[in-house]
Amino acid sequence: MLLPDIISLIQAQTAEAVVAASADGLHPHVRVKPERLLEVCSYIKTEPQLNFDLLRCISAIDRPQEALIELSYDVLSIPLNHAIAVKVMLDRARPEIDSVCSIWPAAEWHEREAFDLMGVSFKNHPDLRRILMPDDWSGYPLRKDYQDLTEYHGLKIKP
Amino acid sequence: MTFIEEKLNAGIITTTVDWALNWARKRSIFPMTFGIACCAIEMMAVGASRFDLDRFGAGAFRATPRQSDLMIVAGTVTFKMAERLNRLWQQMPEPRYVMAMGACAISGGPYHKFGYHVVKGVDQVVPVDIFVPGCPPRPEALIEGLMRLQDKIDTHTIARR
Repeated sequence: MLLPDIISLIQAQTAEAVVAASADGLHPHVRVKPERLLEVCSYIKTEPQLNFDLLRCISAIDRPQEALIELSYDVLSIPLNHAIAVKVMLDRARPEIDSVCSIWPAAEWHEREAFDLMGVSFKNHPDLRRILMPDDWSGYPLRKDYQDLTEYHGLKIKP
Repeated sequence: MTFIEEKLNAGIITTTVDWALNWARKRSIFPMTFGIACCAIEMMAVGASRFDLDRFGAGAFRATPRQSDLMIVAGTVTFKMAERLNRLWQQMPEPRYVMAMGACAISGGPYHKFGYHVVKGVDQVVPVDIFVPGCPPRPEALIEGLMRLQDKIDTHTIARR
């Protein structure tokens, strides 16, 4: 299935969940309302014409100027060999979104990473804790305004 | 020594306890199987047939700190890893030695200025005997480091630690 067809199918079947879409450019995507993400994801996984069975990546992008955190879910269909991204925009002050672990189990560690480094909180995640940084770390290191701590357990962070 | 040797039968060698102990120790340094980053690839090359660390008696990489004499810190030490690294060091029996291999272990390397998660030198976590610079060091450099460690072991004496 070609990208414009994929996008129009998603738009037609998910009743105004899609806010914007782009079929060309480097990163073809549909942007959806955050509260409708679970619905859209479960549709594109189960619809036989789409069959997006693999979640490749969840990227979190910090946009301090617009006070947003963008999440990009890159999905691929192995049987049908097509791919697209589903994007959502979250409030930077309180980023919260439904977990998609129930749809793609692979999301578990991706969401833990976004939580660890960007501070996005995922509702109904089975085990939401830091994955890379130590458990008692404070702050979210990949945010643009992150300030380094002075020391961690007596070790100096800045030389 | 010659005076004593003249009194003994042929085939008997005299030496000092220090010399014999150090001779045994420095030629059977068991390193720990412990690699943290890309330097570990180079460390594996040193252990393999082309460079062959076994020529120096240090090719027996032990899978537990309790059987190891030498910890080669081969890679970037993060703050999360630092505690585990220190615990491994505590578990090693004395005499134990630490070699900081590569720029990351020595000073943080490429993460020195902006790394929010990297320990700026593993000597903040465990006492280091030998620093081997490089990014990563050539296998020859690691072997050189090992030979300098052998020199260091040679200076030990049981009379005073």
